Amino acid sequence: MRYYTYFPGCSPSHGGTKAYGWSAQAVSKALDVELIELDDWNCCGSTPSIAVDQLASFCLSTRNLALAEMRGFDLVTPCSACYVILSRTNFYLKQYPQLKTKVSEALAAGDLEYQGTVRVRHLLDVFVNDIGYDEISSKVKRNLGGLKVAPYYGCQVVRPRFGFDHPEFPQSLDRLVDSLGAEPVFFPLKTRCCGGSLIISEEALALDLIRKLLDCALSNGAECLVAVCPLCQTNLDAYQSRVNKKFKTNFNLPVLFFTQLMGLAFGLSDEDLGLKTNIVSSKEVLAQCL
Amino acid sequence: MDKFVKEICAIPGGEGIRVCIQCGTCTASCPNAHKMEHTPSQLIAMARAGMREEVLSSNAMWYCLSCYLCTVRCPRGINQTDLMHALECLAVREGLGSGHTHTPIMYRSFSDFVYSIGSVPELGFMTWFYLLTNPLRALRVFPVALSLLRHGRLSFKARRLKPEAERQLRAILERAEALGGMS
Repeated sequence: MRYYTYFPGCSPSHGGTKAYGWSAQAVSKALDVELIELDDWNCCGSTPSIAVDQLASFCLSTRNLALAEMRGFDLVTPCSACYVILSRTNFYLKQYPQLKTKVSEALAAGDLEYQGTVRVRHLLDVFVNDIGYDEISSKVKRNLGGLKVAPYYGCQVVRPRFGFDHPEFPQSLDRLVDSLGAEPVFFPLKTRCCGGSLIISEEALALDLIRKLLDCALSNGAECLVAVCPLCQTNLDAYQSRVNKKFKTNFNLPVLFFTQLMGLAFGLSDEDLGLKTNIVSSKEVLAQCL
Repeated sequence: MDKFVKEICAIPGGEGIRVCIQCGTCTASCPNAHKMEHTPSQLIAMARAGMREEVLSSNAMWYCLSCYLCTVRCPRGINQTDLMHALECLAVREGLGSGHTHTPIMYRSFSDFVYSIGSVPELGFMTWFYLLTNPLRALRVFPVALSLLRHGRLSFKARRLKPEAERQLRAILERAEALGGMS
């Protein structure tokens, strides 16, 4: 059994992507990985808080890091936004002593201290590098029959540089899809942006980015996409009908969390994986191979 | 050095502005450069020329998606993405939210929840954003909200931290505020 401190993030925990949280837990269990949720973690602040108040934003992340440090395990999150924000804080605290002094002073008001020893990981990194493709492959119980999958990384799991995969042409998710018995299709836009939170304030602009991604996946023969971030999945899945309306397109591409695809291959139940919460139904596509 | 450049350099990630060679790689990499009043590389040139007000009242940085493509491609190793965020913070401090985009208000609505309860209830945040901008715009995304609801993806209850944890977070943030920001 491997142990990790788990930072689910707001959306997989209590928001719109609970299925990501459920499937992450279910798949981890199948792989003998225990994700122990960090008690009373707070929101990482995401991009909005960096844009409003930098010091407050660093303090939000550092509180989580300090709490995780007391546990001693790596801090794992399935959310790319949480991943980038927590990693950024770790990096900047080391790089800028003045910042570190101010953040330490603020943290002292909550009787907390952070030494800087926590390693922040994305769940994808943990699965492919700590568990490994062979081990994952050995758990496959259901034949996915070469289901054609577009591996969508998005931005913040590989950028800026975290070291576990290439910032523009990563392979880890492709190889993971392959080890599950599905077929990763050529997907040149795999690390292009889905529009992120600008889907709310600048919808037209984000819909255009989403359209390009769906178009690229479909024209390369994908039957579905897999995502490694709650926001990417929500944009591509929940806003697909808006894309169709705006651009008079006809996309009907299921967007699964990568943990849902893993769970399917492992033979876990639909309920464990929350497949019913996906807006674009995957039933038809999966019926061909299950 | 110009005062404005010094101000930017005081924010982590902002100091890269000194070493820019104006090659334009950031602009060429940006998915949103065409929407910006000034491209990322122009913004740097303007800041270095001391055009404080023009830079801070621009809509440019608010179109940054934080996709970090510019950052990983910059031949000078500038963290262009964080530089954009540094400019956003300075604009917020000046009360200069750009009138051409709702993104500053969206960020504000999100942060309001984080600072007050330590988590972001999606429904509450969206409602707050539309109330602050244009409630009629909410009608357009109503079908999206409805499909999320039908699929069990719309939560009405916010995640709350234990009272003592919420107090701890508040104490930390209040102390941070008293410290007066980064500079």
